[in-house]
Amino acid sequence: MTKQSASAAAAEGLEKNLRRRWRFGERIIEGWVFLTGLLAIAVLLGIVVLLLKEGVPIFFHTPPWEFFFGTKWYPVSEPPTFGIMPFFVSTLMVTLVATAIAVPVGVGCAAYLAEVATPRVRETAKPLIELLAGIPSVVMGLIGLMLLSPLVQSIFNLPTGLCGLTAGIMLSLMSLPIIVSVSEDALRAVPDEFRQAAYALGATRWEVIKYVSIPAALSGVAAAIMLGVGRAIGETMTVLMVAGGALAVPHSPTEPMTPMTAAIASGIGNAVKGGLQYQALFAIGLILFIMTLAVNLIADKVLERQKQKFAR
Amino acid sequence: MRTRAIVSRQLSQRVAFGLLVLATIIVVVPALLIILKIVISGAGTIGWEFLTQPPSQAGKAGGIFPAIVGTFYLMLGTFVFSLPIGVMAGIYLAEYAPRNWLTRAINMAIINLAGVPSIVYGLFGLGVFVLALNLGMSLLAATLTLACQALAMTITTSREAILAVPREYREGSLAIGATKWQTVRHLILPQARPGIITGAVLAMSRAAGETAPILVVGAAFLMRGLPQSPSDQFMALAYHLYTVAAHVPGMPKDTIWAVALVLLVVVLSFNVLATIIRLRTRQRRYG
Repeated sequence: MTKQSASAAAAEGLEKNLRRRWRFGERIIEGWVFLTGLLAIAVLLGIVVLLLKEGVPIFFHTPPWEFFFGTKWYPVSEPPTFGIMPFFVSTLMVTLVATAIAVPVGVGCAAYLAEVATPRVRETAKPLIELLAGIPSVVMGLIGLMLLSPLVQSIFNLPTGLCGLTAGIMLSLMSLPIIVSVSEDALRAVPDEFRQAAYALGATRWEVIKYVSIPAALSGVAAAIMLGVGRAIGETMTVLMVAGGALAVPHSPTEPMTPMTAAIASGIGNAVKGGLQYQALFAIGLILFIMTLAVNLIADKVLERQKQKFAR
Repeated sequence: MRTRAIVSRQLSQRVAFGLLVLATIIVVVPALLIILKIVISGAGTIGWEFLTQPPSQAGKAGGIFPAIVGTFYLMLGTFVFSLPIGVMAGIYLAEYAPRNWLTRAINMAIINLAGVPSIVYGLFGLGVFVLALNLGMSLLAATLTLACQALAMTITTSREAILAVPREYREGSLAIGATKWQTVRHLILPQARPGIITGAVLAMSRAAGETAPILVVGAAFLMRGLPQSPSDQFMALAYHLYTVAAHVPGMPKDTIWAVALVLLVVVLSFNVLATIIRLRTRQRRYG
């Protein structure tokens, strides 16, 4: 072996060693970032496990049937009864009111911004919509409490303005930004050729919007509505402050009521850890979680499909 | 006959466009009215004393200094805990993740985390941080809860910011012999930094406005002093606003509006800050 080849071999060995060290470092980093990626799953699973662990034991006390369909929520009487029908119906009513207002208004606004408005109008309107999205829910609750509820009370001649209707109107404001922005994106994704073909057939601008743009973007608009519904179902502070807090099953949106989120928020402070009320509230949380999860999963699937529809 | 049909079509277009404009006004105007009302009703009460003194008489007198400080601690904590994890997870998803079921599951989890109601995060924080980890109703427990909630947002914005860096950067760097991590560390992260920071600032703004989770995890309504350590109880603006508005009888209305104004200024100023960062980098890059 010559001297030269020996030094070459040494250099090669050194390089190999260095490369291995590099590779080792890279591996550690790769593993580390992988673990943090898994953390997202861990948190989601953690939420599920916790809700199951703390919530499911209530069903040994109150069978699921009675829990879901029971109309009496008396957590501190002897013996306590846990029926969540009042909360479930309240959530349904409040969400329905919110959706009934937010869908036509939100889709109309999105159609205007995407199809009719000049760029200048759009550039002015968008930050204002973001502003609406940025107002904290407790502030929306305050507005409902101080300004809207007296108004609703006098217009509908009610004993109290703190009711499902007032809460629903405030919720509609809070779900509007997401409905508008997702619908607008869907409308903008419709290829311009569609519109031009309709114009060529002599359609007016409104007819193009009505018969071409909105039908073509329909699944995206549907996803937007679902996201808005998910928002309304999960919203807590506004309904806690504005919906009235009555514990009976409401018969109309003009009555005071307690949606599921508000039931958790108002009850958890008095619940003893591991006690029956504590378990019942976690079970409500579990149901709430499943409802919003379903809504979001479906909306995501629909959006994915919409995206592929016009992908070229 | 024919002209009449055209006239009626044009008329229906007029009516329809009128309705669309009306819908847009209904979306845009409330935000302005709400902010105007809060500024007008709240500004009169805000003064040096209100901002720097602790509350007295159940919040009816004195100031809201501990609540302001508490809110800033919460925002800072959310930033500190959720940003590094968000960035790391974003790097993984954008640069390292193979296209397989696990990556799809992670992305799915992130989308769903963003949709979980805030009150459910509160229950999660109560069960995990307050009770299981025995942190008690403390500033630390509340911060960790809010950070978990912010995670979905910081991960998503980091991933998008990293993905937006052009491919050529990566190819050039790898071609001159840099390793993958060197490329990420020295080329991609600096490019993606404004986008990542924007997301984190938005997450802080959200954390300042969140009320339901800290209500469950246990913010204090009245404290004379400031929290001395992360295991102390704390006041927060959002929670303070909720209690003075809904639970203190005979509360002077002006004081309630003033608390709302301070909260709104904190939340919206961080919102605006995020927008400025975003616009400035867009200008620098493409202008």
